[in-house]
Amino acid sequence: MPSTSTDTSVHSEGPRMTAPLLEVEALTIGIRRRGRDDVRIVEDLSFAIQPGERFGIVGESGSGKSLTLRAIAGLLPKGVEVLSGTIRYRGDDLGGMSAAARRKLMGPQIAMVFQEPMTALNPVVRVGEQIAEGPRRHLGLSRAAAADLAVEMMRRTGIPDPARRARAYPHELSGGLRQRIMIAMALSCSPRLLLCDEPTTALDVTVQHQVLQLVEELCDETGTALAFVTHDLAVVNQTCTELAVMYSGHRVEAGPVKDVFRDPRHPYTRGLLESAPDFDDPDRVLVPIPGFPPNVAQRPDGCPFAPRCRFAIEACTTAMPAQEDVGPGRTAACIRTHEIGSAAPGEPVEVLA
Amino acid sequence: MLHRLRFIPGRLLQAVPVAFGVTIIVFFLSHLLPGNAAIALLGERATKASVAALTEQLGLDRPLWEQYFRFLGQIVHGNLGTSLTYQLPVGELVLQAVPVTLSLLGLALVMALVISIPLASLAASRPNRAGDLVARGFTLVGQGMPQFWVGIMLILLLAVNVRAFPVGGYGDGAGAHLYFLFLPALTLAIAMSPTIIRSLRASMIGVLESEYVGTAKSKGAAGLPLFRDHVLRNAAIPTVSIIGVNLGYLVGGSLVIEKVFALPGLGSLMVNAIFARDFPTIQGVTLFVAIFVVVVGILTDVVYTMLDPRVDLAGGTTP
Amino acid sequence: MTTPTTALVGLKQRRRASRSRSLRAWYRNGSLMAGIVIVGLLVLVAVLAPVIAPYDPIAQHLEQALESPSAAHWLGTDKYGRDVLSRLIWGARVDLRVGFLAVLIPFVVGSVIGAIAGYVGGIVDTILMRIVDVFFAFPFYVMVIVLVFVLGAGETSIYLAIAAVSWVSYAKIVRGEVIVARQQDYVVAARLGGMSHTRLLVRHIAPNVMSQAVIYAMSDIVMDIMAIVTLGYLGLGIEPPTAEWGSMIVDGQEFITTQWQQTTIPGLVVVVTSLGLSWLGDGISDLLSPDRRR
Repeated sequence: MPSTSTDTSVHSEGPRMTAPLLEVEALTIGIRRRGRDDVRIVEDLSFAIQPGERFGIVGESGSGKSLTLRAIAGLLPKGVEVLSGTIRYRGDDLGGMSAAARRKLMGPQIAMVFQEPMTALNPVVRVGEQIAEGPRRHLGLSRAAAADLAVEMMRRTGIPDPARRARAYPHELSGGLRQRIMIAMALSCSPRLLLCDEPTTALDVTVQHQVLQLVEELCDETGTALAFVTHDLAVVNQTCTELAVMYSGHRVEAGPVKDVFRDPRHPYTRGLLESAPDFDDPDRVLVPIPGFPPNVAQRPDGCPFAPRCRFAIEACTTAMPAQEDVGPGRTAACIRTHEIGSAAPGEPVEVLA
Repeated sequence: MLHRLRFIPGRLLQAVPVAFGVTIIVFFLSHLLPGNAAIALLGERATKASVAALTEQLGLDRPLWEQYFRFLGQIVHGNLGTSLTYQLPVGELVLQAVPVTLSLLGLALVMALVISIPLASLAASRPNRAGDLVARGFTLVGQGMPQFWVGIMLILLLAVNVRAFPVGGYGDGAGAHLYFLFLPALTLAIAMSPTIIRSLRASMIGVLESEYVGTAKSKGAAGLPLFRDHVLRNAAIPTVSIIGVNLGYLVGGSLVIEKVFALPGLGSLMVNAIFARDFPTIQGVTLFVAIFVVVVGILTDVVYTMLDPRVDLAGGTTP
Repeated sequence: MTTPTTALVGLKQRRRASRSRSLRAWYRNGSLMAGIVIVGLLVLVAVLAPVIAPYDPIAQHLEQALESPSAAHWLGTDKYGRDVLSRLIWGARVDLRVGFLAVLIPFVVGSVIGAIAGYVGGIVDTILMRIVDVFFAFPFYVMVIVLVFVLGAGETSIYLAIAAVSWVSYAKIVRGEVIVARQQDYVVAARLGGMSHTRLLVRHIAPNVMSQAVIYAMSDIVMDIMAIVTLGYLGLGIEPPTAEWGSMIVDGQEFITTQWQQTTIPGLVVVVTSLGLSWLGDGISDLLSPDRRR
């Protein structure tokens, strides 16, 4: 039975046991233009994150996944705004809050880790001070107490010799260390929700793994929920339990990570998995997805993936497909979703972990 | 940080040939005077005796290179010659005048920052809106106004029409000095501000769009703390460099301002010496000012190194 | 496979294309238009001075000294009975002409020296740059004032003094640009193709490099006019009784309490002139380097 697209829950069955930590409902983000149609970058996006859950948002560049995180954090770039829809944190509508009230959340409730730690850290302030800034502001700690907390956070993120390193400037540290600083900074006020915008993309592969493990461990320890944006399927597979797949601003598939990867129900998800290399099956032919994502300002009617989709039919181009239930806690936005599972050889597609 | 200041000895060493060059140019100034320098300095109707005395004093009858070394030797001993007008050592006159000029420059710099930082911040936070246009308009007009004319206008408005400030002079005592320095410093500040505002506005716009300001906001920073700790600390860096480069020009400007407001600083000393054809004084002040500019250049580098921890000036040669 | 020739041709085509794009838009450039209008008007006034000035600027009529503005004398008369408006108009001739000429010499001399330093590099560059450093140590106004004193007041001294002090800025700018340019692919390609140094410098590097120097020259004119006016104020500039805005300001300063317009108006004229030149300069700089947006 198809759910309406405004159903925020990726779990379409079962009563709610706890209220979701974060509820995004029919969120549309874009650029308002006078006299012409608004440019919609993210369209009608809905999902929810439970407390302590590790939620991945997967998509390629331009899918709108980073903007979604920024909208939650209230850090949309100039000119880009939330055109419609709501973001509710613990039941409170973030859009309806005053700027001051929202700022009070940033740090102790919601924190963000950015992609490029070199540019995301203030180059002229010592890293210890930068970590201490949040606790001083939100937890009312004195300068000394905050400094101690900063060193402690650095130790917990696995930075060797944290007391000395706290006096360093960002440019004196390696990329991996800088990202650990960012994580320490984000977790310094013990937030309930950690937003991660491709935190490992800019790092060496060997360091990536360490940082990911660190994030998982710390979130487990503190019970912090994770909203993890990435284009890397392997990372999502390792780190997250639930995911939403985005294409051109729309949510095309959602559900538990293992289920989705084992049995994708949207052509795009299938395409992603089929084009990803797999060490365990080196002879598997990689099938790239032909074509390019549509220009945001000129999205065609109907399913945005239709032009590149090998399952596309006439009906795909007339209207945006609704979210269909495809299993326990799973949805996919494709009118042929029930055929996709059975159409191709049904072997599970392994993802490099 | 001390480690990063190790560039100073090297920079001082680099300054030595520059200082030599300065002395050469200053020395040759006297030899640009057409005809017999002594007569040119004293005028056509000078007595033979005074011409001879001046010739002897300036050593004008000796070969050129000997004169130069004599000149150098005197400088090293702090002897900048004797003023023809006051019959006092030039060094003494310069030392008396320096505090006035330094106070003027210092006060002007403070005032310029007080004017510039708020205007630049307003302009940068809302580009192309009213505040920005005001700031840019001020910058444009400010650059077009002759400094001395601004001084005269301020006198007209605030000293003549409204007797808020004195028309000129320096007063006695620190408090009085500040009072008398207010209008001239304001004039200089108005002259300095356009450059500072332009640079600060541009670097602030860059900083406001940077990732780390986004990070700061994600920690809930806003308003004054955001501005002070994140924006200004970074945006100030290129501006300090620009101020340093322009300081030479400003010192020159202050000289003219001193004439407008009759302040007993280096500027008045110089200008009066020019009209009195007091060549040793002219030479002495020029030398002092040039060396001062070189020293300020090094100091600017020091301040710059202190502000920006990424900079390591001992690395290579500066461009 | 791009040969050196095709690399150069490609570059020329791109430059031509971007220039025609920018030329087409010049009339839409607000500051450029404003600058052209203002400077054009001033030049017109200067050129037509003999025709439009109501009185002789230097003839003295002591019986008419220090009159307030009236129908006969729109801006009044100065302490020698000379019509202020006429002096203002004739002053435009002096200040504009001297300002423009004063920029040319340092522009040419400085650019050539800078180009040599940047292109040849090595010990020549080091020596020339040390010399530049020495000149940079002298504050502009101090040196100009001293040099004019030494060389004697008058127009020639002004040119020499300003040239002696200003050439360094052009040298530094052009040197910097040449250093960047000589590392570009098209230069390497041309040298590999056997082009001589001179031809390379003159035909290919110079056009790219000079735009920055020209942009600086536009703001330098403003600075030079300031210097000329300042020298006039100090009594070191153009010899009296020639009408010149700076000397008019100092003449008027004496009577600031009674005839304040005599010291104020010439200054305002200087401000307007500078504004016009600044806008013109901004406009030209936009035209010359469309990809380096301010």
